[in-house]
Amino acid sequence: AEEKQLITSIWSKVNVEECGAEALARLLIVYPWTQRFFSSFGNLSSPTAIVGNPKVRAHGKKVLTSFGEAIKNLDNIKTTYAKLSELHCDKLHVDPENFRLLGDILIIVLASHFARDFTPACQFAWQKLVGVVAHALARKYH
Amino acid sequence: MTLTQAEKAAVVTIWAKVATQADAIGAESLERLFSSYPQTKTYFPHFDLSQGSVQLRGHGSKVMNAIGEAVKNIDDIRSALAKLSELHAYILRVDPVNFKLLSHCILCSVAARYPSDFTPEVHAAWDKFLSSVSSVLTEKYR
Repeated sequence: AEEKQLITSIWSKVNVEECGAEALARLLIVYPWTQRFFSSFGNLSSPTAIVGNPKVRAHGKKVLTSFGEAIKNLDNIKTTYAKLSELHCDKLHVDPENFRLLGDILIIVLASHFARDFTPACQFAWQKLVGVVAHALARKYH
Repeated sequence: MTLTQAEKAAVVTIWAKVATQADAIGAESLERLFSSYPQTKTYFPHFDLSQGSVQLRGHGSKVMNAIGEAVKNIDDIRSALAKLSELHAYILRVDPVNFKLLSHCILCSVAARYPSDFTPEVHAAWDKFLSSVSSVLTEKYR
């Protein structure tokens, strides 16, 4: 219950579009091999290109908006993500390891935005959340 | 995995700032590690791990000093950390997975304290650098 508090109190201050864009951009920059899923996104040739790429921004926003759904349904994340899980397996063919990578990047982005407010206790709650989301997304893989 | 000249420069530049708060960052990183990943506490049954404990701060300093050595000798991290590598392989035998966890927590602490300096490029360089350090520390395991 306290952990839910820690999650929602941070989430209420998150700019979903900015954070989402930044998290996805950092994923593609820090772990360049993740670009393999985004060959249709155009120019990903440099950090500057990636950060400024409108498709990256839009997709980052989409992904983080979806996270928001999980936060609204903290007691039912598995069901919330069932269809998305099938999508990522059957259509997108994304190795679930990438969900963990993105989750950790999101945590780092939150740390940089919330600094002192992103306490170790806060981080713990969020690590749990990104772990649960990653697990739910991988759940329907076959 | 080798660091490019640009990456080395990014690591060295940020280190100059980080070094001024090395002890605090070291302690905070460990605090984040033990909070988010309680299983890591199993390596420290002999420590008082409460927030602000002398042992926590002392150990945090040790870790950051070693990272400082690696930065100073960034062209030959292997030689700089040879003794530490043996220590971890033969005496400490910390499971390799934990180096990733600590590296992640160090990145969180640095991001929280220097958000404007922690650009995507700097983030990528530091992730790679810490990954390098972790490799050196685990390369004699078997």
